[in-house]
Amino acid sequence: MVGTDTAGKLKRKNRLYRLRQELQLHAMLLPGMILLTVFVIFPIIGVYMAFTQYRPSPDTGFFRALFQSRFVGFRFFNDIFTRPDFTQILFNTVYIALLKIIIQTVLGITLALLLNELRSGALKKTFQTVYFIPFFLSWTLLGSIVTEMFSLDGIVNKLFGQEISFLASNDWFRAILISTDVWKNMGYQAVYFLAAISCIDPTQYEAASVDGANYWQQCRHITLPGIMPIIILVSVLNIGNVMNAGFEQILVLYNPLVYKTGDIIDTVAYRIGFLTPSLDQYSLGTAIGLFKSVISCVFFLGSYAFAAKKLNYSIM
Amino acid sequence: MKVTVRKKNKKPLHYKLSIPRRIFLTVNTLLLLSLALLCAFPFLNLLALSFSESNAAGMVTVIPKNFTLNAYTYLINKPQFFSAFWMSIKRAVLGTALALAVMVLAAYPLSLTGERLHGRRVYIAICITSMFFSGGLIPTFMVIKSLGLYNKIWALVLPQAMNCWSMILLINFFRKVPAELKESAKIEGAGHFRILLNIVVPSSTASIATVVLLTAIQHWNSWFDGYIYMSSENYPLQTYIYNLLDTLKALQQNTNKTAEDLELLKTLGDSTLRSAQVFIAIIPIMLVYPMAQKYFIKGLLLGAVKE
Repeated sequence: MVGTDTAGKLKRKNRLYRLRQELQLHAMLLPGMILLTVFVIFPIIGVYMAFTQYRPSPDTGFFRALFQSRFVGFRFFNDIFTRPDFTQILFNTVYIALLKIIIQTVLGITLALLLNELRSGALKKTFQTVYFIPFFLSWTLLGSIVTEMFSLDGIVNKLFGQEISFLASNDWFRAILISTDVWKNMGYQAVYFLAAISCIDPTQYEAASVDGANYWQQCRHITLPGIMPIIILVSVLNIGNVMNAGFEQILVLYNPLVYKTGDIIDTVAYRIGFLTPSLDQYSLGTAIGLFKSVISCVFFLGSYAFAAKKLNYSIM
Repeated sequence: MKVTVRKKNKKPLHYKLSIPRRIFLTVNTLLLLSLALLCAFPFLNLLALSFSESNAAGMVTVIPKNFTLNAYTYLINKPQFFSAFWMSIKRAVLGTALALAVMVLAAYPLSLTGERLHGRRVYIAICITSMFFSGGLIPTFMVIKSLGLYNKIWALVLPQAMNCWSMILLINFFRKVPAELKESAKIEGAGHFRILLNIVVPSSTASIATVVLLTAIQHWNSWFDGYIYMSSENYPLQTYIYNLLDTLKALQQNTNKTAEDLELLKTLGDSTLRSAQVFIAIIPIMLVYPMAQKYFIKGLLLGAVKE
């Protein structure tokens, strides 16, 4: 009698204890989730702007004004798709992004392999450190440096005895975007692949050298296959970036003379939304941004899903 | 056993190399060295330029031309530059502290696998949404503005306080904390807050250092948010520098310049002055750079080698 009573009490106490424990966990998640809801989920609801004639009003809040504004369906998307420069912008975006991804990955692997051949560990470390410097700096600073160096009376023109205004030339602008981006990120890429190389079992190399394999053969038959899974994984995950041509970099470096070759979806959305006053500037800017976000999201989810399914990749 | 085998087979440095191999190693070292110069040269050039006399661009390589401190003395007398610098420091410190608190708190519950947590799927769904989709520039701007955050430091700090990519780094580290440690604390009656503070945080200092450094660097480097959310007297340093560059570009393209424009163009177009400002903005990054690189590679390794 007494026994069952205490057991029941204990059980209830236990349940209460577990509830209290769980509540602590929810409390911990609360601040982060509120921030995500406000700064990520609310703006996602806000993309409804792309489908309405949104007019900001000083006395009503954003969402009230938004849901009171007139629904126009896909009209703004139509406006965007029929822009004369639309195909050019889309082409620029994908072209710049793809070239950046491909060159960076190939150069990263090559650099890692070359660094791996160095016999002196100190030299290897020093090189890595130097390659890494631009990676930690912002595009404002790098952009100032690049603008300075490539300007008409800058060091590049002086060194080669030329007078080319690189950043105002449609022949050069994309090349500069891609090469400076590769310059910024190559250290990161190299270190990433070098980390993968360092995980290869060293006994494999010993066995190979006993069998008389030379360095080139070791590189081809041990190192490359050894990091192949990482190469494939990185390439697959990079597919998600095909719409990210580098908004901040381009914003710092471009000017109206090179809109033809350097304008991408992000910069157009920014200029429409913030710099070109018109009645529908917000809705139009949101529409073009949304167009990019949706395609980008499809590619991202696709590449991650593929990586998770076929390559055993998991984020968490 | 394995170690002794490796030691025996490791080639001593005076190991006789074949001639093609020597040629390769020399060429390789030279190639990597020239790439290293390519990475370092722009910064050395910048430094030299900032100590040169006005408008010496193009003539300076790595040695200043007619060494002078003019650019720096001019900057010292410029309150705008310093208030921008101070703004950047404020946002970096406040933003990093806040982000760390929020992310450590959120990472802990999500790192527990055996624990009961209703709505875990909802939490994860929100995180994943934030990683792969965004409302875009304009809706985000509208939300922040309608919250009354325009021209307040919170507009720069709050949206960046919860970064799910960094949080995942923390989650993965938290999972490596031995379960026995947490169990024994639990038996002694410790709640989750206590376990997090007394056991999990002290045993994941490396990951926390990584996140702190990355967040601080991110804050220091952000400029676009400052440009759209702040008015010009409250620009952080990077935004201030971007604005100089942007104004200069606009002035150069302006075909009929007024006398004022020409005057402004003279100061803005001064490459030594710009170099000095950029160089000062680089210094804080250089101060944390050795640590940042070390922890960054550590964090990277975790991602690359994750089984």
